[in-house]
Amino acid sequence: MHITLKVWRQKNQQDRGHFETYQLDQVNEDMSFLEMFDVLNDQLIREGKDPVAFDHDCREGICGMCSMYINGRPHGPLKGTTTCQLHMRHFKDGDTIVVEPWRAAAFPVIKDLVVDRSAFDRIMQAGGFISVNTGSAPDANAIPVEKDKADAAFAAAACIGCGACVAACKNSSAMLFVSAKIAQLALLPQGQPERKTRVLNMIAQMDKEGFGSCSNIGSCEAECPKEIPITFIAKANREYLQAMLAPDLPE
Amino acid sequence: MELDAKIPQGTLSDKWKHYKDTVKLVSPANKRRLDLIIVGTGLAGASAAASLAELGYHVKVFCFQDSPRRAHSIAAQGGINAAKNYQNDGDSVFRLFYDTIKGGDYRSREANVYRLAEVSTAIIDHCVALGVPFAREYGGLLANRSFGGVQVQRTFYAAGQTGQQLLLGAYSAMQRQVALGNVEVFARHEMMDLVIIDGKARGIIARNLVTGELERHGAHAVLLASGGYGNVFYLSTNAMGSNVTAAWKAHKRGAYFANPCFTQIHPTCIPVSGDYQSKLTLMSESLRNDGRVWVPKKKDDPRKPTEIPEDERDYFLERRYPAFGNLVPRDVASRAAKERCDAGFGVGPSKMAVYLDFRSAMERYGHAEAHRLGIADASEAKILELGKQIIAEKYGNLFEMYERITGENPYETPMRIYPAVHYTMGGLWVDYELMTTIPGLYALGECNFSDHGANRLGASALMQGLADGFFVIPYTIGNYLADEIRTPKISTDHPAFAEAEHRVKEQIDRLMSIQGKETVDYFHRHLGKIMWDKCGMSRNAQGLQEAISEIRALREEFWKNVRIPGTADSLNPELEKAGRVADFLELAELICIDALHRNESCGAHFREEYQTPDGEALRDDEHFAYVAAWEYRDGKEYTLHQEPLHFEVVHPTQRSYK
Amino acid sequence: MKWRQLFISPVGRKIVMAFTGLFLILFLVVHVTINACIFLNDHGKTFNAVAHFMGTNILIHFLEIGLFVGFILHIIQGWMIWASNSKKRPVKYAVWGASANSHWYSRSMGLLGTLIFIFLVIHLANFWVPNRYHYITQGEELNLFERMKLIFSSPIIVLIYLGGLVSLSYHLMHGFQSAFRTFGMNSKRYIPIVRGIGIAFAIIVPVLFALMPILVYLKVIS
Repeated sequence: MHITLKVWRQKNQQDRGHFETYQLDQVNEDMSFLEMFDVLNDQLIREGKDPVAFDHDCREGICGMCSMYINGRPHGPLKGTTTCQLHMRHFKDGDTIVVEPWRAAAFPVIKDLVVDRSAFDRIMQAGGFISVNTGSAPDANAIPVEKDKADAAFAAAACIGCGACVAACKNSSAMLFVSAKIAQLALLPQGQPERKTRVLNMIAQMDKEGFGSCSNIGSCEAECPKEIPITFIAKANREYLQAMLAPDLPE
Repeated sequence: MELDAKIPQGTLSDKWKHYKDTVKLVSPANKRRLDLIIVGTGLAGASAAASLAELGYHVKVFCFQDSPRRAHSIAAQGGINAAKNYQNDGDSVFRLFYDTIKGGDYRSREANVYRLAEVSTAIIDHCVALGVPFAREYGGLLANRSFGGVQVQRTFYAAGQTGQQLLLGAYSAMQRQVALGNVEVFARHEMMDLVIIDGKARGIIARNLVTGELERHGAHAVLLASGGYGNVFYLSTNAMGSNVTAAWKAHKRGAYFANPCFTQIHPTCIPVSGDYQSKLTLMSESLRNDGRVWVPKKKDDPRKPTEIPEDERDYFLERRYPAFGNLVPRDVASRAAKERCDAGFGVGPSKMAVYLDFRSAMERYGHAEAHRLGIADASEAKILELGKQIIAEKYGNLFEMYERITGENPYETPMRIYPAVHYTMGGLWVDYELMTTIPGLYALGECNFSDHGANRLGASALMQGLADGFFVIPYTIGNYLADEIRTPKISTDHPAFAEAEHRVKEQIDRLMSIQGKETVDYFHRHLGKIMWDKCGMSRNAQGLQEAISEIRALREEFWKNVRIPGTADSLNPELEKAGRVADFLELAELICIDALHRNESCGAHFREEYQTPDGEALRDDEHFAYVAAWEYRDGKEYTLHQEPLHFEVVHPTQRSYK
Repeated sequence: MKWRQLFISPVGRKIVMAFTGLFLILFLVVHVTINACIFLNDHGKTFNAVAHFMGTNILIHFLEIGLFVGFILHIIQGWMIWASNSKKRPVKYAVWGASANSHWYSRSMGLLGTLIFIFLVIHLANFWVPNRYHYITQGEELNLFERMKLIFSSPIIVLIYLGGLVSLSYHLMHGFQSAFRTFGMNSKRYIPIVRGIGIAFAIIVPVLFALMPILVYLKVIS
């Protein structure tokens, strides 16, 4: 396969950045998208040029580190698939592929296709946890959890924190990411004690980090590589409304 | 140096209790003044960071990824073992202990393994409290499944993403401590060297991967939780960034490296498809419950698998191991597949694969389903269709993953699988307290050697990582730190920091100055091939000797001819890789030396010279019932120290699966 | 948690939008019902009678204030959300493939809302303002049915109205169900129902509105 790649190159955060065009002649259809970039980088290094920096680690679709915006879509055209699991057989010989980094004010570009997603960690620090110290937990079977709720909590917890939802959203909103964590913990009995403060704090932090608000457009759900449903955003909205209208203690 | 594992006195079941009752404590006021460094944020690192910060220590955590949540524990699929006996099927702490010792082919320390089994139950309690959504029954209680051939159901799981859910639980506990100011996270930082002052680990030199700056970080103790070294084989199921650098640098500063040749191969991975291949993907072991492994009886059979009639297929696992069939342990299944491929019966474009066929299972399930639905004269197509539905329910996500990667539909044609490097049982030698041979340096999780012997059982890696971090280190580290309460904050102005920083800078400058012709990946790939061919699933003395000289030559060439683009003062993934590959090039030699010295076959270590007449592993308990702990000399030689293994409770027997 | 958060937090703002949006939807129901009186084709008798009631009843005047507050909140808050969200991606994508993952009208609520706002200004200038002015200065209302016939005799005005109503239709297409999501409706049982009602509403109401200028222009109604 012959592929023309238009790749965003940006030296560092201050650099304005630009596109470079590369020709790849020997792309194999069984290659993954990232393996194609390995081949490109190999070629660039041999030519004495700077290889393209991109984030990746597990290459099996679970660590959430890979993050390419491919032909206008986060993680490319295939539904429910991360960039590392996207294979070249989904492209045609002679295709031109445009690759950009995630773009959002809250995800500044570090270099080329590498962006800083530490905002997600800070949102988690704002409340994405249950405050329980090691050693003090009751027996795991002491509190039964309805299977349906446990399954729903798992579906929310399947989020890999890659940021595709932000990259896809017109508003660069992180609501799908934030709501998945809020929903997971709100569905479980263990998450009840901090339920109200959690939703308020996490959403406040999301705002502080510079993510937009949700307009229920649905791009996030369509592009999420783990297919986290947008219904969790509605769930988080309800949690927010409850926390705001019915605080537990008089202020 | 005499290796003292510091195993507590008393009967096996009382040792840990006795230890906890008598171990030295550090008062809360003193804990606040003690700094700890943790390298790695996988299950062991994140759980240690959380639990130590909860106790009041000040913790600095380092990871090379962009977020601590990306550590490779996240990719574990199957589950986590715990001796809860929720299924009332006769499980107990002793049975989990026994299975782990036996599964490790009698090359692990009884006391450590017993403690692991003991704390396993508390892990599940704590993870549930942290909000980990384990699979549950309709009654609302936790579900279990069986795993890897043990006779009880003790594995807790969250679909095929147990590692992810556990890691996110530990990560969230750690993030809570970050918010409280007890933990500082240094993401996109890589540990480059260990700093030792007066014989004690007192800090690290870390490289900020974004700016390239070298940073000095001091602490009263350093904990390595940096994972395994499977990437020495280049192709493995490990993440691309998984590396040995932290552990290897500690080794070079004096920590002994134990049993490096114990590297586990997983039988059901998606085979290599081409030279560009960057990593291998594991398919859960559970597939062997319903899949039948076979190759054609005829060499280089050009026919499609579906066109090969039943009597021209060789179901070699069923043939060789009638009792266990397709469910033999990982090492046995892997070697049998390799044997067939080496003999020329391999399938697929590379001829390095065997078929994993679900056709019989589909027919079996289809018949049962037709019977259940009351369809009397179901056609063959109908039966197959019903069977496919059952298979899809059980393994749907795995089948999808296979199709995504290979482009083949495993419902229509058999899967092609081949073994791949998956886990490394070897690692830094640690005593009962998880301390290495350097005082104040601890090793947790996969980066230590302690609990799995020569072979790890399925669903035990997650258990060990969390046991070490949540329930072992919070107790044992106090025993060391109790004597450190008078040590003031470690100043990074100490000459030892300057010296270590200089050493790191020198290595980076040297790497950058070579400007040779070949890329880092070229050398890594080459190293991987040597290791896979000569120190992989089966090894022999001649091959290992060849491997050692080939590795030495490759290492020399690397330092002459590697080309690293860019600069050292910016984000430079090639420079990162180069540093890691440089360390793999040294470790690889030690692995071969260890494999060469261990004149026996045990667990994952199979020496062709030491096998029974029918090709099974032959252990030598008389001469090799010890932990081989290697001391670094000058890069040319390693000194062997032996820690004899005493089996007081279980008595080693020969494993048989026939 | 302060009430102020309702107007400045990202979810609070959406709640205000959803609340006022649903309120305005109710208003549309009232408005379209009154408009439907012309279909009786009784030379505007019923229509004028209802309009007279709406224009003079004290209670309605109070509700009218509420309506204006609702409009203003919805518009100002909408623009503020639009302004805020448009700053969240300073560097735009070279290739933007959103059409593959969402509806254009869902992504264009700010634009559609602005078009509706322009239409609203024209519409008020055509009817409400002159009527009120006349009432305050002359003490009596205009004959709105006659005025309508006058206004809708211009094809340009009719086209503007149709444009405004198309914008309204798409705005409702997204806004109706979005409001329910913002209020937290996430049940698989109700979402399809609400979505169905929303689509029906977004088509039927603007069509009913649109029939008025069209039929008047075509002199079907006189």
